[in-house]
Amino acid sequence: MALYSEKVMDHFQNPRNVGKIDDADGIGEVGNAKCGDIMRMYIKVNDGIITDCKFNTFGCGSAIATSSMATELIKGKPVEEALKLSNQAVVEALDGLPTHKIHCSVLAEEAVRAAVKDYYDKNGIAYDPEALKVSDCEACSME
Amino acid sequence: MFVYADNAATTSVSKAALDAMMPYLTDLYGNPSSLYAFAQKATEALADARKTVAELINAEPREIYFTSGGSEADNQAIVSAALVGKRKGKMHLISTKFEHHAVLHTLKRLEKEGFEVTLLDVHEDGVVRLEDVEAAIREDTALVTVMFANNEIGTVQPITEIGALCRSKGIPFHTDAVQAAGHMPIDVKAMNIDMLSISGHKFHAPKGVGVLYAKRNMPLFNIIEGGAQERGKRAGTENVAGIVALAAALKESCENMEANTDKIIPMRDKLFAELSKIPHSKINGSLEHHVPGTVNMCFEGIEGESLLLMLDSYGICASSGSACTSGSLDPSHVLLAIGLPHEVAHGSLRLSIGEYNTMEQIDHIIDTVPKVVEYLRNMSPVWDELVKGERPHLI
Repeated sequence: MALYSEKVMDHFQNPRNVGKIDDADGIGEVGNAKCGDIMRMYIKVNDGIITDCKFNTFGCGSAIATSSMATELIKGKPVEEALKLSNQAVVEALDGLPTHKIHCSVLAEEAVRAAVKDYYDKNGIAYDPEALKVSDCEACSME
Repeated sequence: MFVYADNAATTSVSKAALDAMMPYLTDLYGNPSSLYAFAQKATEALADARKTVAELINAEPREIYFTSGGSEADNQAIVSAALVGKRKGKMHLISTKFEHHAVLHTLKRLEKEGFEVTLLDVHEDGVVRLEDVEAAIREDTALVTVMFANNEIGTVQPITEIGALCRSKGIPFHTDAVQAAGHMPIDVKAMNIDMLSISGHKFHAPKGVGVLYAKRNMPLFNIIEGGAQERGKRAGTENVAGIVALAAALKESCENMEANTDKIIPMRDKLFAELSKIPHSKINGSLEHHVPGTVNMCFEGIEGESLLLMLDSYGICASSGSACTSGSLDPSHVLLAIGLPHEVAHGSLRLSIGEYNTMEQIDHIIDTVPKVVEYLRNMSPVWDELVKGERPHLI
């Protein structure tokens, strides 16, 4: 069996929505270069709907694939719905990830949350800070 | 184009090795321990292989023990020297920070059993210093083990000098020569080596067979208990076909060493020269003390696993010391030992070239790597910050 599913390889080799949005309404960055992965997510919001979403990722194949899949899953969705995106949903949409790569899907979930938080902050929209907390990755919190 | 550029990981079985072993997989399947003439053919083959290997490293046949590979040889050499030391109250072991895990994990286990381990620095160039070895030696040092050539960055260590130093102090000296055997001349007498590990599949023998050389006066303790094979030091019916293949492959590699090196070095040097043109790249390890075929470089702003996957899609087989490929959170201990910061070590690439590679294949690598590095950098937020000056370049 190959290391990654065909879907992961497809999203790695042909990542969707790679790039930046210059006039983004929200930008979220999670991860740490020291640990080997950083995801940066850009969202454009119109009438509460995520009309565009792009990403930049430094990381392994699954980090790139999970970023790509996450942008597909939230594009065109209301902001509140994007916030409900779970790492499990990203994993399922990619037909699974090896166990030691699950943390990549967690990063993707958190990148979306960080971008929405930035959008809320910039637009003075109230939110529950607990619900939008972005946790440190395992390796970083070990330092 | 398919390019196998991971010869430090394993190699293909050569025709000479395959031809040599085939009779022992088919017609001559006797157990070397059996008495009848039919099995004695296998016994003779084993003796011939032992003699061949011994001659190729300037040892005596009785100093050659066949094992399941380099890891087993490393384990047995280190554990044996430690147990001998313990009996004399010598509980100190010396090695380096960038050994193979077969050595490091064995030392770690001995540490738990009460031994004290000193791991020497290998400096930025990936070469251990003789004076560091000398300074680390104590009254109670039971063993010095320093690898012949590093598996990731290819740097060659001052084995002869360390051997001479250890001999003058009466301390056993072991070297893991897995990356050197078949690629560089080895003379255990001239190099003052007491114990040495070899793995067949790094020089075109099959996987699962190796050698432990142990000088006549070096006591060995069994890792595998059982029958009296290998003069009682390694039980288990001998892997006759594998052993015969190892001897044939080592002979072929040693006989062609000069020609192979002359073929490999220009390919390696072209890789270094061309890939170094990629901005913010770095060659890892001293080029002055180097095995012929290993190229290890870092490219800032990208991560090694994604680099390998992209290269794979272009038909190129390579490896990396990134955390993602090591299966742990930290990048390769070798790259950290030569002082690379984590974020740089994540972007490492090892290409290991053998005599079966061609210049056309090297050109394919040279065409592909810069494209892939640029592609990954373009989607990397780290590279974005480096370009904007928001993050300092480290290389």
